[in-house]
Amino acid sequence: MSSHASPAASGHDAHGGHGADHVPHVLDLKWYFGVWIMLMVFTVITVAVSYVDFGVLNLVIAVVVATMKATMVSLIFMHLAFDHKFNGIAFLSSLVFLAIFIGFAMTDMNSRGIAEGIEGEHPVKLDEPFGPLRSERDRELRARLKAEKAAGHAEGAAAHH
Amino acid sequence: MSSHAPAHDSPAGNAQDRSPQFHVGHHWDSADAQFDAGKTGVWLFLVTEILFFGGLFCAFFVFRSWYLEAFVSAHHHLDKVMGGVNTIVLICSSLSMALAVRAAQTNNKNQTVLLSVVTIGFALMFLVIKYFEYAHKFHDGLLPGRYFTYAKAVFPDERIFFGIYFMMTGIHGLHVLIGIGLIGWIAWRAQKGHFSSRYYAPVENVGLYWHLVDLIWIYLFPLLYLVG
Repeated sequence: MSSHASPAASGHDAHGGHGADHVPHVLDLKWYFGVWIMLMVFTVITVAVSYVDFGVLNLVIAVVVATMKATMVSLIFMHLAFDHKFNGIAFLSSLVFLAIFIGFAMTDMNSRGIAEGIEGEHPVKLDEPFGPLRSERDRELRARLKAEKAAGHAEGAAAHH
Repeated sequence: MSSHAPAHDSPAGNAQDRSPQFHVGHHWDSADAQFDAGKTGVWLFLVTEILFFGGLFCAFFVFRSWYLEAFVSAHHHLDKVMGGVNTIVLICSSLSMALAVRAAQTNNKNQTVLLSVVTIGFALMFLVIKYFEYAHKFHDGLLPGRYFTYAKAVFPDERIFFGIYFMMTGIHGLHVLIGIGLIGWIAWRAQKGHFSSRYYAPVENVGLYWHLVDLIWIYLFPLLYLVG
């Protein structure tokens, strides 16, 4: 993919011990002018589309067309298609992190204020935010059960008589 | 589709006569290693630039989701024609820059200089058009935040759109200005005969930076000017 120095191609090195010169990967002119024409075409398309109201689609189309232009610039003008894969992966990873960054920021910012409504329906008791303490709750429960049992015995004893 | 460094208008002589000032650092295994490392370094820098502008795009999307009508109303003040012309100008500058890199790769010293100067010409055209856009905004009082004095604003929150607009296009314009400086440096070095098929890394790497500046505008223009 990239151009590795081949001893036969450029041969001479004048500085001893470093091997052959770097050999450039030269792209045919038609690629440059082809991309240039396509970029112009997409620009015209994106401006033309903006004069028609497609609602939400306007934003989608604008971003999609921009991404197509960006892909052509990065693959051909910036040589990514012919380069070490690492550079392309580094570039793509920045877009992945950007997507995470913007995605989470948007969902966070757009869900502010929902908790206040829920709290309004079930207001918090500041003394006991999670309800009564479990130990207190158990103690009350046991006392209530004991009282019910005692009452049951008393009724049973009264019923016998 | 591709070829290896044909010698166009090169000085007569062997490859080692080209770029005589260049030599591979002794800590590199090969000339290729030095070239590849430099290029990867620039790509990593471009990653930081993408994240930098990404923060501004995030602000744009968040504020747009909060103040949609204000944004749509405010963006009509932007001149689509001037923005569109600027897009064409930057696309042409990207072409001339890519061709300048190719000229350096193929030992075309004169073309390298000429195409670098043409790129700077397009960049200056971009800044001039930008100046006229800004001048019009200043005149109308369409300014960010508390400086917003436009009397016929439909929504009070339109000032937020202009905060985003000036911040993003301003910082992008600053990057264009820096690019002009870098490309000027390349043109000067090319004129002195530094570059050849053996050594063109600075041209390639400045080219990468310049293409990124174009990439950012490719997203800025539709989002600010066309969609709002």
